[in-house]
Amino acid sequence: MTRLPIEPPATQPSHSQTHARPLLLGRNTGDRLYRAALTGLALSLPLLLLALVLELGASAWPAITRFGFRFVWTSVWDPVAGVFGAAPMIFGTIASSLLALLFAVPLALGVAIYLTEFSPKWLRQPVAFLVELLAAIPSVVYGVWGIYVLIPFLRSYVVPPLRALLGWTPFLQGVFYGNSLLAGGVILAIMIVPYIAAVSREVLLAVPPSQREAALGMGATRWEAVWTAVVPYGRAGLIGAVILGLGRALGETMAVTMLIGNRHDIGVSVLQPAYTMAAAIANEFSEATTDLYLSALFEVGLILFVITVAVNALARLMIWRVARGTAVGSRAL
Amino acid sequence: MSARRLRRRIVSGAMTALVAVLSFVAVLALVLILGYLVAKGASSLDWSFFVKNPVPAGQSGGGVANAIVGTVIIVGLAALIGLPIGIGTGLYLAEYGSGRLGWTVRFVADVLNGTPSIVVGIFAWTWLVRPMGHFSALAGSVALAVLMVPMLARTTEEMVRLVPHSLREAALALGYPRWRTSLRIIARTALAGILTGCLVGVARIAGETAPLLFTALGNLNFTTSIMQPMQTLSLQIFVYGTGPFDEWHRLAWAAALVLMGLVLLLALAARAAVRQRHGAAR
Repeated sequence: MTRLPIEPPATQPSHSQTHARPLLLGRNTGDRLYRAALTGLALSLPLLLLALVLELGASAWPAITRFGFRFVWTSVWDPVAGVFGAAPMIFGTIASSLLALLFAVPLALGVAIYLTEFSPKWLRQPVAFLVELLAAIPSVVYGVWGIYVLIPFLRSYVVPPLRALLGWTPFLQGVFYGNSLLAGGVILAIMIVPYIAAVSREVLLAVPPSQREAALGMGATRWEAVWTAVVPYGRAGLIGAVILGLGRALGETMAVTMLIGNRHDIGVSVLQPAYTMAAAIANEFSEATTDLYLSALFEVGLILFVITVAVNALARLMIWRVARGTAVGSRAL
Repeated sequence: MSARRLRRRIVSGAMTALVAVLSFVAVLALVLILGYLVAKGASSLDWSFFVKNPVPAGQSGGGVANAIVGTVIIVGLAALIGLPIGIGTGLYLAEYGSGRLGWTVRFVADVLNGTPSIVVGIFAWTWLVRPMGHFSALAGSVALAVLMVPMLARTTEEMVRLVPHSLREAALALGYPRWRTSLRIIARTALAGILTGCLVGVARIAGETAPLLFTALGNLNFTTSIMQPMQTLSLQIFVYGTGPFDEWHRLAWAAALVLMGLVLLLALAARAAVRQRHGAAR
C-alpha cells in the first residue's frame, strides 16, 4: 500500500476523526480482551450477511438452475405444473413503488422545503416530529387502515372523478374492486413520506446559508432562492433521499400484501389488482408444498434482496456526497 | 412595480403556500390514521380484551391476552439478543472503526438496514425453523434481533462519537486503563443517547409482522414457551384484519390501537431521552 507522505489538512477539527486509534491501542490484558470482545461482536454483522446470502442462494439454487433467466421474464406461475416465472411480481413491485414515489416525492419535498425554508421556527420541531411518527406506525396497522378507510375513500371520492377526467387512458381501465395497484401505491406513498422528508430535510439543512443569501442578494424572491440556489445545491442528496424511499417501498410487505390484491398478472391499469415479490413470499411461503415451489419463492426473495441492496447502496452514495459522514436517515424511526 | 416583478412575487407566494399545504397534508395523514384507530378501536378496549384469549371464529367476545403476552416475550427476547450485539458493534465502530474492518462493518450494517424484513423472515426460517422442524417464538425473536442490530450499531456509534475528546484524555491522564475509560467514561456519558437508540430499535421491531409469519407463526392459545409457535399483536391484527368476520375486524382495530399505543410510548420515551441529553449538555 502506498501512502501519501503528508496527511491532508483537516478542514474541520472534529472529535469523531481524531480520537480512537492511538489512544485505545493499549497493551494491558484488559484492553486486549475488551478489543477482542468488541471485534467479535462487530464481526457478527458481516458473518450474518454472508450467512443470509449463502442460505438464500442455496435454497434458491434448484429454481435458479431449473429456470435460469426465464424466471425473471416469464409470467406463468403454476405450482401444480411446477413452472415458475416471476415477471408479474417483479413488475408489480416496481410499478407499485414508482406509483408511490409519484405521490410521495412532491409531498415529502414539500414538507422538507417548508420546514427548512419557510415555516415559523416554533412549528419546525413539532411538524417534523409528527411527520416522522408516520414511520413509527406498524406496517400491519397501515394495512388495516387501508382496507377499512383508504379503499372505501378511494372508491367513493377518488376513482369516479379520476375516471371522468382520465378514463380514456389505459391506466384507468377495468372495474375497481378496491384492492389494487392504486391502493397499494397510495399506502406505500404515505409510508415512505417520513423517510424521504427526514433525509431531504437534513440535506437542505446542510446547504450553506450563503447559497440563499447570494440568491436573495441578487434580487431573487424567496421561492426563487429556494428553487434556483438551495435545491440544485442539494440535488444529489435529494435524489438520494428519493432512492432511499424507493428502497423502502420495494421491500415493504404487510400493508401491500393486504391492499394490492395479489393477482399474478401484468396489467397497466392502476385500478386492477397486482402482486409484489414481498407479497408473494408472505402469501405463498407457508403453502409451498413442493421443494421446487419453495425454491422459487426463495429465488424471489433473493431477487428482492439484491434489488433493495443495490437501490440502498446507490441512495447512500448520493446522500454521502452532500451530507458527508453523518449517518443520515438512521434517525427516522 | 412591473408586471414581471409582480408575477414573480405571486409565484413565490403561491409556492410557499403550496409547500405549507403539503406539510399540512402529511400531518393530516397521521391525524387520520391515529384518529381512526382511536375511533374504531377504543370502544372495544375493555377488561376482557386484555385478559381473555381468542374465542373460536364466529363467536363474539374474547380478547388478545395471548398476543399481548406473546408480543412482550418475543420482543423482549429479541432485545435480549440484539441489544448487546448492536451496542457492542456500535462501540467497536466508534472506538476501533477507522480501519478496513470498521468500514466493512459499517457498510454491512447499512446494507442489512435496508434489507426487506420479509427476506430476514425467510432467512430465519432456513436457520432455525427448518432444522428444528417446527415454528417457534425463539425463531421470531432471532429474526427481529437481526432487524434491530444494524440500526442499533449505527446509532450507538453516532452517540459515542459525540462524547468530547477531553473526557477521554482526562480519564487516561488519571491512569484509567483504556477499556475502563471506554466503558465507564465514554459509554456512560453517551448512555442517554444509546438508550434512545435502544428504545427506537425496540419500537421498530415491536410492530413488525413480516419476519414473524414463518417463524413465530401465531397461536390461538396462550403460551409462554419460546419453543412453541406464539401469537403477537401484529400477527393477530393481520389475521383478524383480513378475515371475514365483523367481530374480527372490531378486534383488529382494537389490537391495532393497543400496538400503536405501545409503539408510540416507546417512540415518545426515546424522544424524552434525547431531550434530557440535550438539556444536560447545555
